[in-house]
Amino acid sequence: MNRSLLPNGMTRRHFLSHLAGASAMAMPAMAFANTLRANAEDLKKRHKSAIMLWMGGGPATIDLFDLKPGAATGGPFRPIATSGNEQICEHLPLLAKQMHHLAIVRSMSTREADHNRGRYYMHTGYVPNPNIEHPSYGAVVSHMLDEQSRELGLEIPPFVAVGGGSVGPGFLGMTYAPFVVNSNGNVRNLKMGIDAERLNERMNVLASLERNFIDDKRGQSAEDHEKILAETVALMTSKQMDAFKTDKENSATREKYGRSNFGRGCLMARRLVEQGVPFVEVDLGGWDTHRDNFNALQNNKLPELDKAMSALVADLDERGLLEDTAIIWMGEFGRTPRINGNTGRDHWARSWSLVLGGAGMNGGIAVGRTSADGTEVETEPYTSQDVMATVCKALGISLETTFTSRNGRPMKIANGGKVIGELFS
Amino acid sequence: MQTTQGMFALLAVRQYFGHGSSRRAAPSRAAVVLAAIAGLLGVPIDSASGQSSNSANVPPQSARIDEHVQRHWQALGIGPSRPAEDGEWCRRVFLDVLGRIPTVDELEQFLGEPAASRKARLVDRLLGESYVEAYAGNWTELWTNILIGRTGGTERRSLVDRDGLKQALRRAFQRNMPYDRMVYELVSATGVNKPGKRDPKTGARYNGFVNFMVGNLEENAVQATAKTSQVFLGIQVQCTQCHNHPFNNWKQNQFWELNAFFRQTRALRRFGQGRNIDYVELTNQDFAGETNEPTEAVLFYELRNGLSKAAYPVFVDGSPLENRSGFVEEVDRRTELAQRIVEHETMPKAMVNRMWAHFLGYGFTKPIDDMGPHNPPTHPELLDELAAEFKTRSYNVKDLIRWIVLSKPYGLSSKSTTRNARDDPSLGEKPAFSRFYLRQMRAEELYESLLVATEALNASTSYEQRERTKREWLSQFVTAFGTDDNEETTTFNGTIPQTLMMMNGELISEATSVDKGSFLYRLANDAKMKNPAKIRRLYLAAFSRQPTTKEIMLANDVLRARKGETAAALQDLWWAMLNSNEFILNH
Repeated sequence: MNRSLLPNGMTRRHFLSHLAGASAMAMPAMAFANTLRANAEDLKKRHKSAIMLWMGGGPATIDLFDLKPGAATGGPFRPIATSGNEQICEHLPLLAKQMHHLAIVRSMSTREADHNRGRYYMHTGYVPNPNIEHPSYGAVVSHMLDEQSRELGLEIPPFVAVGGGSVGPGFLGMTYAPFVVNSNGNVRNLKMGIDAERLNERMNVLASLERNFIDDKRGQSAEDHEKILAETVALMTSKQMDAFKTDKENSATREKYGRSNFGRGCLMARRLVEQGVPFVEVDLGGWDTHRDNFNALQNNKLPELDKAMSALVADLDERGLLEDTAIIWMGEFGRTPRINGNTGRDHWARSWSLVLGGAGMNGGIAVGRTSADGTEVETEPYTSQDVMATVCKALGISLETTFTSRNGRPMKIANGGKVIGELFS
Repeated sequence: MQTTQGMFALLAVRQYFGHGSSRRAAPSRAAVVLAAIAGLLGVPIDSASGQSSNSANVPPQSARIDEHVQRHWQALGIGPSRPAEDGEWCRRVFLDVLGRIPTVDELEQFLGEPAASRKARLVDRLLGESYVEAYAGNWTELWTNILIGRTGGTERRSLVDRDGLKQALRRAFQRNMPYDRMVYELVSATGVNKPGKRDPKTGARYNGFVNFMVGNLEENAVQATAKTSQVFLGIQVQCTQCHNHPFNNWKQNQFWELNAFFRQTRALRRFGQGRNIDYVELTNQDFAGETNEPTEAVLFYELRNGLSKAAYPVFVDGSPLENRSGFVEEVDRRTELAQRIVEHETMPKAMVNRMWAHFLGYGFTKPIDDMGPHNPPTHPELLDELAAEFKTRSYNVKDLIRWIVLSKPYGLSSKSTTRNARDDPSLGEKPAFSRFYLRQMRAEELYESLLVATEALNASTSYEQRERTKREWLSQFVTAFGTDDNEETTTFNGTIPQTLMMMNGELISEATSVDKGSFLYRLANDAKMKNPAKIRRLYLAAFSRQPTTKEIMLANDVLRARKGETAAALQDLWWAMLNSNEFILNH
């Protein structure tokens, strides 16, 4: 009955030491946590993480990663050589130098060409279903890597979404909900206005109120709230929150990533991965280019993407993190090979590309091929499920895993998708 | 059950009139006693069947709801939860009808009335003259979000005038405009969009309703087509713009035939100083068609195989517009569409489903705006019957509200029992409405409820000022995806950002302030009230119920810990209460 809202394994003194920012040495509990952290040092080097670069709106991948310079609807952009075997768009020159780390999957073929449905499908591996909410990538990965997070002594949420909302945890529960932050790293309302002792007393009263209500068996959301309260307190009192502060990086590094929201988001992702956060999603919106596609890409979207994404890959590589960090670059779908009357491209799911890399996946290659005009996939088509299965494999997550939804329905991880073999040979 | 409810009424009455709370004139002693006795005797609940005997005060439509829902329980072999406590029910109705919790005075007034009729009387009050502003304000907020989202019209370059839409809706809800009329206005509206502006040619006043349409006309009005169908007919057609729908029977041609109704519509930007848009005029213009033959104004759409097909206006029921002319003088396509929508049987069903979901937490279908043979409703006969009744009653929205909130399923407790534990839609089960499903307060509801709970409503602040402050506060939770369908996401969803706001945010520090003049200051320094009474007041203000003995003991512990500093102790208690699931959930 007297369940505390303090984080698991935290003694009250430990809690207070956090609150007061007291010297760690003086506190046995804190010292213990530090030993944990020291042991975690070499684990840290090897821990698995994933960074999803989410391109909200659906990028015209035919203009970025699968150019058709000969085709009537290929658009004005020229391909350039990269450090890998494949060519990409001329307006991604910095990324071209990192392509030996990354693979382009050019044979994506999906059916969801509506933003909402596509966002859900690409994030979960399932099409929307009114009777069940499926967990998104971040929830699945952070859930499966729970033990790693515990060993690392992670105190901040295991699934962070920078600059966007991502998709929720579904039946895995609120513990795996995305923690949504702005790319400036300022978490609102983090600062407490009262002293630690008093907060602790208030939390005791609150714990009792929460329990009474939950014991009435009113449903999941009451229990979820109690968990979120505990996580919130853990976060408020954690030094690990520093991982959100990109302004602690030197100016040269920040310059490399670019002074854009997406650049700051990518830099934050690297800091969070270093801290042990298993899943970070960084959003770059604005790809819904129904009109003026080529200007928007050349002058706006591509420079921002080029700088940030290339810096992220290079930085992870230099720090030895890339071999354990999967990178997923994608949107909800691609865009029509046809150019419409407004020099735009519309939604197109039948044949498009995404980019994968890191965590042991082969770089420098392109998987699959589309037809000369880009309207058909000519090789084995891949789906959202397949991409998710591939990422899980890279992270060492067993594809034999089966979840049980809250109403007892078994659910295969990644919806039973097949691993894209060429990435692992 | 009887005893508990009666005791509650008695306690409430004793406590608040006995201790001479000066907030409202106390009724005569006789009235108090009568009310208390009524509280004890007046709610004869047979807890086995959950039957409430105050049927005289329940409209026949509510009784029909009860019959349908009960039959469904029997078929499933489940039993309903007990009825909610009256105070809990009162809190619920205030939240769902007015968008805020009741004040202590309002709660006391309710509990002071005869138990057999107090619910019906409260509903009459909330839907009546004395609450017309609060009612209109809440439903304006809800419908603004339905029509243009929480971010619609908030961006600098947006064509939408959010205030314009809100003013039009507010007037509609103040006058209880019939629902079919409101739909007709929204679909067929023309005119200038901004309050204070007049049509330069006709001199006509602005028409706020045009703001639903003006932001959705890009790309040949694809979004206007999808939104109109989704919101007013509960039919999702947006996927069929590119191909036949994968799950329902919708075909690509139907999308473009519906779209053809919007092709005369233009949003004209009117510029003020420099290049700034001053206002927007929504107008119908002759449509020459894509072959430049206005008497047969055609549009073409592309099939997935690259072929083009022709489309003329055909409504969702398959009835074509006889006259294919694009000349507005000969046929005003959007007005024709509005007429067809309000006469279509799906319109009242979509509204009933929406309202049911608003009050019961889940609709008859999920999602509520994707109805059709591919997604059968949980209670098809009830849905049909309510829709027919809604139509018979001239689409009187307040009637529909009254039927739902006075029905039995709406009045059930949120506590599950062994006989209905499996009725839990959050687990993916179809809702049977055998108990009240918990839900998060909306951000708007939480904001307004905090003001009410802390008696912070300042009469001297104007409506516009209040709305501005509220909008500023709300904006911290919402992000737009920036896609053509104007989708957006919120962090006011029970996750950490919301919890941080409740623990440390400015609004909460104001709500828990003990500075001179604040709610807690006044309560702490009220010499006429003893500490237990003060604690009770907090519980009534936040939870609409009395504290339990255990809770009073807990509160006493807090008082002791603060060594008699009453204000500080009340502050700790109040902070914890506002942060609790019992406060932030509608239950």
